[in-house]
Amino acid sequence: MANVFAFAETRNGELRKIGLEAVTAARQIADETGGNVDAFVAGAPGVGAHAEQLAKYGADTVVVVEHAGLEKYNPEALAATVAERVRGGGYRVVIFPTSALGSDLAPRVAAKLGVGLVTDVTAIKLDGDAVIVQHPVNIGKVIATVKIASQPALIGIRANMFTPTEKPHAGTVERAEPVEDPSASRVVVKEVKLGGGARLDLGEAPVIISGGRGLKGPDNFKMLEDLAAAFGNAAVGATRVVTDEGWRPHSDQIGQTGRLVSPQLYVAVGISGAIQHLAGMRTSRTIVAINKDKEAPIFKIADYGIVGDLFEIVPVLTAAVKEAKSRG
Amino acid sequence: MKIAVCIKRVPDMDVRFKIAPIGNAVDEAGLKFDMNDFDSWAVEAALQIKDKDSATEVVIVSLGSDSVQETIRKALAMGADRGIQLKVDRIPFDGLAIAQALAAELKDGGFDLILFGKQSADSSNGVVGAMVGELLGLPVVTAISKLELSGGTGSAKREIEGGQEFVEFPLPAVLTIDQGLNTARYPALKGIMAAKKKPLDVKPAQLGEQSVTIVQMELPAERPAGRIIGEGAATVPELVRLLQTEAKVL
Repeated sequence: MANVFAFAETRNGELRKIGLEAVTAARQIADETGGNVDAFVAGAPGVGAHAEQLAKYGADTVVVVEHAGLEKYNPEALAATVAERVRGGGYRVVIFPTSALGSDLAPRVAAKLGVGLVTDVTAIKLDGDAVIVQHPVNIGKVIATVKIASQPALIGIRANMFTPTEKPHAGTVERAEPVEDPSASRVVVKEVKLGGGARLDLGEAPVIISGGRGLKGPDNFKMLEDLAAAFGNAAVGATRVVTDEGWRPHSDQIGQTGRLVSPQLYVAVGISGAIQHLAGMRTSRTIVAINKDKEAPIFKIADYGIVGDLFEIVPVLTAAVKEAKSRG
Repeated sequence: MKIAVCIKRVPDMDVRFKIAPIGNAVDEAGLKFDMNDFDSWAVEAALQIKDKDSATEVVIVSLGSDSVQETIRKALAMGADRGIQLKVDRIPFDGLAIAQALAAELKDGGFDLILFGKQSADSSNGVVGAMVGELLGLPVVTAISKLELSGGTGSAKREIEGGQEFVEFPLPAVLTIDQGLNTARYPALKGIMAAKKKPLDVKPAQLGEQSVTIVQMELPAERPAGRIIGEGAATVPELVRLLQTEAKVL
């Protein structure tokens, strides 16, 4: 029987989609052997209200840690508390999100426990006493099958690989305290700045509209924002040239040194398709490319390519998408 | 100030990889190797501190076979003071085993800062820096894109999904570097000459026990060949039709 621990990530008190993905991944593994899923949620007082939703997605137990000192990410107190829970829990597998938070937290926990960790995992299966995972290496050009022999095996899942699926379980709430005083942490998050309000995160958006050098300047990204708005479920990304030029923030960069994304639809606008960029988006389900150079490498992987002037094509596409959406 | 920078030698990614006959590694024949990008920014961050305070010592630490000496020399040519090779025949995939070897070397070094790149292009696991910090009991801040130090404390910016986090920490500390912090300098000829005379110690790596191993590697399924559906704005209706009926994403 494999009991599985899932770290349900929250931000500003809200459960993140990748938090539910962690619970879904945990549920799938636990169900292979009739094990239980313990979901762990921590934050400011009130965060325990998510227990109901975590139960709906398959948590047998929801471990709730509420503390004013956990309102913002508190790496030291959180790592100590998660490690303590995992140490005493007899888990086969421990699931973290591969997010900015999860990528910071998971290695701390792994080092505290002295166990193996693989991040950016796209598939998981049990194999006797070991856990076997798929993990892209060499900027996604090679897929490694990796065996984790430690007990437990720590895994960071890649976003958008485990679709959150409702599978109601009891979700019995178990309250716990931080094992270290959150106010004693040496590393302190002083401030969190989030981009404009309802903006979808690149890792979570079903559609990404991405711009490259062909946009010619920061102001022209308004066109991509408009196209994203027409889709309604889209985020705007960029290439490294664009973020290095300061046209868009670094957090918007997609590629080898930026975000790795796998949306349902990726629209590459004015992007030639440098290898480093392709590394970040080639697993997108459908790729559309708009570029004036028909020899651009992006057309080699685009399902649908249009050759031409993006400044003419994008507004027409925006209008067409709006119309298609309005017809439902 | 005393700074250690941990770097990794990785293959150039701008190639079509082949799987070695052994099945769980890439064929290294014909591959070019260089310093991992994120690590070069970590070296640059250390050198910028040294530029302001020449009393700073920058020590490069790298795990690898003897070929890694070339990469360490590159960092020395950029301006670092000395290098340490932790010798292994083959770099394992297990981040904790690597972190244990690095921590064993770094623990008595008296470093104020220990810098890493955020992750390596080849393993793409991004765990070693934070693990080393944890093993040494030091404050850790990962994936920073801005750094300021004043006295015994530092402040850093971390890129998070859709925003930034501003973090404060005391020294000594372990930091991992994201893109955006700086642009790495190229070694000047004078630096390349000087690097040949800088000390480079070679020691056996005290790798930890490995519980994570690559059992198989394969190339991902190729995407179907791309297709250009037309030219100009007149193609938009056809695109919309395909997105609705074929791709079913609209």
